[in-house]
Amino acid sequence: MRHLIGIEDLSVAEIEDLIATAEDIIANPDKYSKVAAGKKLATLFYEPSTRTRLSFEAAMMELGGNVLGFSEAQSSSAAKGESVSDTAKVISCFADIMVMRHFKEGAPMVASMNASVPVINAGDGGHNHPTQTLTDLLTIKCEKGRLTDLTVGLCGDLKFGRTVHSLITALSRYTGIRFVLISPAELTLPEYVKSEVLDRRGIEYVETTSLDESLPELDILYMTRVQRERFFNEQDYIRLKDSYILTVDKLSLAKPDLCIMHPLPRVNEISVGVDADSRACYFKQVLYGKYIRMALIKMLLEEAAK
Amino acid sequence: MTVDEIKNGVVIDHIKAGQAMEIYKFLGLDKFDCTVAIIKNAQSRRMGKKDIIKIDSDVVPDLSVLGYIDHNLTVNIIKDGANVSKYHPELPLEIVDIVKCKNPRCITSTEQELSHVFKLTDREHSVYRCIYCESKAKN
Repeated sequence: MRHLIGIEDLSVAEIEDLIATAEDIIANPDKYSKVAAGKKLATLFYEPSTRTRLSFEAAMMELGGNVLGFSEAQSSSAAKGESVSDTAKVISCFADIMVMRHFKEGAPMVASMNASVPVINAGDGGHNHPTQTLTDLLTIKCEKGRLTDLTVGLCGDLKFGRTVHSLITALSRYTGIRFVLISPAELTLPEYVKSEVLDRRGIEYVETTSLDESLPELDILYMTRVQRERFFNEQDYIRLKDSYILTVDKLSLAKPDLCIMHPLPRVNEISVGVDADSRACYFKQVLYGKYIRMALIKMLLEEAAK
Repeated sequence: MTVDEIKNGVVIDHIKAGQAMEIYKFLGLDKFDCTVAIIKNAQSRRMGKKDIIKIDSDVVPDLSVLGYIDHNLTVNIIKDGANVSKYHPELPLEIVDIVKCKNPRCITSTEQELSHVFKLTDREHSVYRCIYCESKAKN
């Protein structure tokens, strides 16, 4: 049974196939409106995530399928102490595919080891969030026309930001990628991502604390939120949360074709005034997320039927 | 001090001094109903001091974990009093329930029935990572 737990589960060729399918869905939505007819998607969300859950539900509905599930642990059998393994076996009896978000790292993998239907990881704590990465890749492909030869700035919380780690892993498989890692000293990219991904693959990168100095050279600026839930110490969160704020004034330093991305929700790291700038791509990114999830659900359902 | 040679079994040599009991535990030798000799702080030209374990048994325990503990030690397989095989253990690709994942955010911290499985992710630096949360194994 094929699952999607981490972005490395997909080869570059498979990611390109998914992107091609998503682009075709964007161009010809009617062609895909019945590919999941009669199928059910279960959304098992042990922690709240309006955006990701609704994106998956919308994706399944647009493929002609149905959805069922829960949106918080308290309204699930987890509140009675059921294990993830047991829940995966039970849900396999009701649904054709399941999507799991869980606060514990590795929970979707445990589900995949026990489920008899495909499992998609929709975020496991600070660990993996592969469909966000697929969303980011589709956004870059659609907005820049390529996934190669790009200078990519990643700004904010690079330590706990799982979207950043996954995106770096995914983009490192393409040629001509250069990363500019912009963060406060306390939130730099973990050593293991540098040694096991960037250094091992010979990817060029620089680390800096200055967004202003980095802006002129960037093709992509990926802003992230400093997440309160990743800190054990509230004071550290308060001290670091406003480290970087992208404003309209700062954008005057950037290239005219810069693509500004953000996994959302934002707090105040991007001023609302930036939204009107044509370089702001973060709301389009949400829409791309639905299309790539449609492509992914289609692929996994087809693989499961083989 | 003299410890008799064994007829059939395993001699694990060149163990770092003081590490023999750890290996005894990892191999589950307390559960074996055979003679086991643990020699601590033996003289070694190469290491100064070393530990040695001799297991006198026709049934050889699963030795794959030895590579994880120290791939520089030497394993001698003894049959009918002769040394039939001598090798340095390789790093195992996977270790199961040898070390526990210490990441409090890992699913293994709450679901007690799960095996603690680590995979070799960096052979050069002997790095093992939890298959669930990818945290590095720590002894």
